[in-house]
Amino acid sequence: MACTRAFTRLTMKRIAVRPAVFTRGLASVNDTHARDPISKVAEKIVPDAARAPIPESKTSTIKEPEPTKDAKTKTFHIYRWNPDEPSSKPKMQSYTLDMNKTGPMMLDALIRIKNEVDPTLTFRRSCREGICGSCAMNIDGVNTLACLCRIPTDTTKESRIYPLPHMYVVKDLVPDMTLFYKQYRSVKPYLQRTTAAPDGREYRQSKEDRKKLDGLYECILCACCSTSCPSYWWNQEEYLGPAVLLQSYRWIADSRDERKAERQDALNNSMSLYRCHTILNCSRTCPKGLNPALAIAEIKKSMAFT
Amino acid sequence: MVRLSGLQRDVISLYRQCLRAVKQKPTDTQPHFRDFAKSEFHKHRDVGKKDFGTIEYLLRRGRNQLELWSEPGIRDIHR
Repeated sequence: MACTRAFTRLTMKRIAVRPAVFTRGLASVNDTHARDPISKVAEKIVPDAARAPIPESKTSTIKEPEPTKDAKTKTFHIYRWNPDEPSSKPKMQSYTLDMNKTGPMMLDALIRIKNEVDPTLTFRRSCREGICGSCAMNIDGVNTLACLCRIPTDTTKESRIYPLPHMYVVKDLVPDMTLFYKQYRSVKPYLQRTTAAPDGREYRQSKEDRKKLDGLYECILCACCSTSCPSYWWNQEEYLGPAVLLQSYRWIADSRDERKAERQDALNNSMSLYRCHTILNCSRTCPKGLNPALAIAEIKKSMAFT
Repeated sequence: MVRLSGLQRDVISLYRQCLRAVKQKPTDTQPHFRDFAKSEFHKHRDVGKKDFGTIEYLLRRGRNQLELWSEPGIRDIHR
């Protein structure tokens, strides 16, 4: 048994080894760690084929309680996994809902399923208007907020809902965000100054300086962008990911902050920032319409010219 | 002695970490913590040897719990 396990590890390792072109440290040529193989922890993130969910064709479909005559039924396939039975496999559960009785958004459908059909379905939600970022999930292959995602009116198409990709699942659609929040804490997302304001009151800012923060302060940290980034999938442990880098830039760009150099210094290694290969999935997926890739490019630019 | 696999060694090292963390707790409540740690492991004794996904999940959860319970502010544990 131990032998088979060791063998799978070996084969996994062979797949996980990066091509030479990606191992080049972009930040500094002296950084020898940049050429190290991906850490053991990151290696474990490689998805296990045995953990792929049971397809919906092999699970039962839960129907609308009392279907009416002119019902517009739509099918939702939802990822289910219960941590209380840790040895059970994840599965895709199908639910059919009458669209005439359901609100227009995906979150309405989920809430309706939870209220009327299956109370065991688990997901995070709070504000239902796209300002809290709790209901981030992967809907029809796109990371988005369930409360901002319209249900496609075409009832022949079936919707598939998964938790955010490449995150550990706590239960059903709830991902484990511990690492994401730890990374957010590591960029020190607060004002750092030592000098007092000249008039002893608030720290003032000119209108132009304030304008630099537009498109940055709106980020609600839903993690849609980070979990859509292939670079973040493979190097979660070291690469900070677009959401956290956008926040980092929000503080670098802030005219009131006095620790710009320290903040840039903390990012100046091959992993934290320079794992961004401008794939631009982050900007495509952001449910708030922000541009994390631009923020990352601005950080790179500001570091290149200092 | 059978050679242990990497995963088995991970489980044993987590178990030892838990028992060591118990020593940081006040002397009169240490048995509570020790019983809790042991029972958490015993609960999943019947997990299959080759059920890697499950074992890795339980390990991850165990590490999170260890981190949580080893906070110095937590002085006793009731069930």
